[in-house]
Amino acid sequence: MTDTKTEIIEADILVIGGGTGGPMAAIKAKEANPGLKVVLMEKANVKRSGAISMGMDGLNNAVVPGYATPEQYVKEITVANDGIVNQKAVMAYATGSFPMIQYLDKLGVKFEKDGSGEYNMRKVHHMGTYVLPMPEGHNVKKVLYRQLRRLQVAVTNRYMATRLLKAPDGRIAGAVGVNTRTSEFLVVKAKAVVLACGAAGRLGLPASGYMFGTYENAANCGDGYAMAYHAGAQLANLECYQINPLIKDYNGPSCAYVTGPFGGYTANNKGDRFIECDYWSGQMMLEFWRELQSGNGPVYLKMDHLAEETISEIETILHTNERPSRGRFHERRGNDYRKRPVEMHISEIGFCSGHSASGVWVDENARTTIPGLYAVGDMASVPHNYMLGAFVNGGIAGRDAAEYCANVQLADYDEGYLAAERERVLAPTRREDGLTPHEMEFKTRRLVNDYLEPPKVTAKMEIAQRRFAEIRDDLSELCARDPHELLRALEMQTILDCADMAAAASLYRTESRWGFYHLRVDHPETNDEEWFCHTVLYKDDAGRMAHAKREVDPYVVAVEADEMAAYHQLRVKTPAAAE
Amino acid sequence: MPIITQAKSAAVVIDDALCIAEKGCTVCVDVCPLDILAIDEGRKKAFMKYDECWYCMPCEADCPTGAVKVNIPYLLR
Ligand SMILES: Cc1cc2nc3c(=O)[nH]c(=O)nc-3n(C[C@H](O)[C@H](O)[C@H](O)COP(=O)(O)OP(=O)(O)OC[C@H]3O[C@@H](n4cnc5c(N)ncnc54)[C@H](O)[C@@H]3O)c2cc1C
Ligand code: SF4
Ligand code: SF4
Repeated sequence: MTDTKTEIIEADILVIGGGTGGPMAAIKAKEANPGLKVVLMEKANVKRSGAISMGMDGLNNAVVPGYATPEQYVKEITVANDGIVNQKAVMAYATGSFPMIQYLDKLGVKFEKDGSGEYNMRKVHHMGTYVLPMPEGHNVKKVLYRQLRRLQVAVTNRYMATRLLKAPDGRIAGAVGVNTRTSEFLVVKAKAVVLACGAAGRLGLPASGYMFGTYENAANCGDGYAMAYHAGAQLANLECYQINPLIKDYNGPSCAYVTGPFGGYTANNKGDRFIECDYWSGQMMLEFWRELQSGNGPVYLKMDHLAEETISEIETILHTNERPSRGRFHERRGNDYRKRPVEMHISEIGFCSGHSASGVWVDENARTTIPGLYAVGDMASVPHNYMLGAFVNGGIAGRDAAEYCANVQLADYDEGYLAAERERVLAPTRREDGLTPHEMEFKTRRLVNDYLEPPKVTAKMEIAQRRFAEIRDDLSELCARDPHELLRALEMQTILDCADMAAAASLYRTESRWGFYHLRVDHPETNDEEWFCHTVLYKDDAGRMAHAKREVDPYVVAVEADEMAAYHQLRVKTPAAAE
Repeated sequence: MPIITQAKSAAVVIDDALCIAEKGCTVCVDVCPLDILAIDEGRKKAFMKYDECWYCMPCEADCPTGAVKVNIPYLLR
């Protein structure tokens, strides 16, 4: 494969990742300046890629006038995240939330409304009301795709971006992509690049042992995190893992956000409630884990006390939208919401700011620490951002990038760097035998489970680092016999990078914070004196993994000390009898 | 180390009688986010080529003839 083709194209803005935030970034850049050339590079197919490939059950964090103010939302997220937030970025999301709902509504996305046409908001969070159901939310991807076509965004499907390119002065110059079906290269030179590659969802190994049975769309293996790292960007709070309460084995949401407003709830094996609130937070996961440890497990999503009409309505939502194979899973198991509660479990670990707070550092304009490089959605550091956050921050990045482009020229990148990257990518194709991408990925992820899952133990995480280093040595035997295997071989290297980052970030923060997400056995207390700060991880000039503390900027919304503790009181005082 | 081939069961099943790949259809192959479906060049029918399925179902939802059935992979069934 020595003569593998390399095509070079030029654009004003390159968006990498065509799931949720990426398309919105491209759309808003084009709306801001239709004269710009915007390229959207997607590993899969923009029509059906990413977390929302089949649609969505609802908006988890909608800030709708009459139900919540942006200030209340900023406060809720600050508290849910133990105070470590860049409030300006959360505020930028909160103020952009309602205009984005109206924009999506206008494009044809369906949200639940009451008889008078008002949005039908539901309370799931601990303090405020932020959930807007989308029982007919199947068409989100179609709506986005139509808008991409209308605005003439240039879409390149089946190209996996592998590395970012930088100019000698340190600003962004473009990115390298590899076709997942031909292994041909595409270099896109661009003035600005928006990363929107989703979560690192293939970090831990699902308990089922099925490598692709993840919570996240399994195409989201953390490429955005790895690319940002190798380009020298800062990544924030990676130790604040994503860990979710999911349907056991199926590993998808069960889903308490949908069922909660109908009267379903999370219960222990006695049918009792043990948490006040089903909103996913580190504290909620800690109570979930304690319940399992205490012998009161399994934990269930309980619905068998609900009326027949309610249950059929829940079934229609849960089995046709978002994760429609849920119904098929339950059927095979003989699970019926009417008769038996749904067994739940704690997921494997991942990085995802969309659900927790682990992401590439961005400010309120979605700018990373590299000039001209933006990050949005699950991989950007705005916490608990979910789907609407990906849209809003995508829009912010698109508009800001359009403005930025007006004042800069395309930059040249280092030819030597590109040649080295081509060589790195193709290395597994130059071997006829060796280790397969699957077994190397499986082993990496199995070690992530063995040594990195909370409760985090220093000695175990240090073993993980040694074992990951051995796997890194074994990369010299990694073998890919066709373009599809090469795709998996490249993903496997991303996963190894993320595993190393997870271990290093967790070791750096010597305290416990965010409930279960960063529960350190050797440092069980939260230490505000030392650690009331973000941590950032980056590649230093010598190519080593380095860390620093980053101050929490002064709040724009004040939070009183007693309010700050709200998410620490999630456990039900005396378990209430089942209703 | 030499690489060996081991058998796997296909959770995604295509009904050959309904599949119209021979007429040029590649919809399921095009939409799969994990790129695990392919057209068998000899039989001109779609099939699950790699056991790397997220059981997300665009393949089934978008197939024009209803030829695709997504089952839950055995390990998590
Ligand atoms: C099962 C599930 C249920 C959810 N339910 C809800 C809900 O009910 N409400 C809610 O608000 N939120 C929900 N979320 C969260 C929400 O869907 C996500 O936060 C949001 O969609 C993330 O958008 P994104 O753009 O960051 O990532 P995605 O939409 O996942 O897009 C990432 C894209 O990047 C592509 N990509 C990855 N690597 C590369 C690469 N190297 N090169 C090129 N492209 C690449 C991927 O193929 C993908 O298309 C749910 C998430 C999941 C997984
Ligand atoms: S989409 Fe349906 S008809 Fe088309 S190739 Fe796939 S299985 Fe065959
Ligand atoms: S269910 Fe999803 S991952 Fe599996 S074959 Fe169909 S589209 Fe691909």
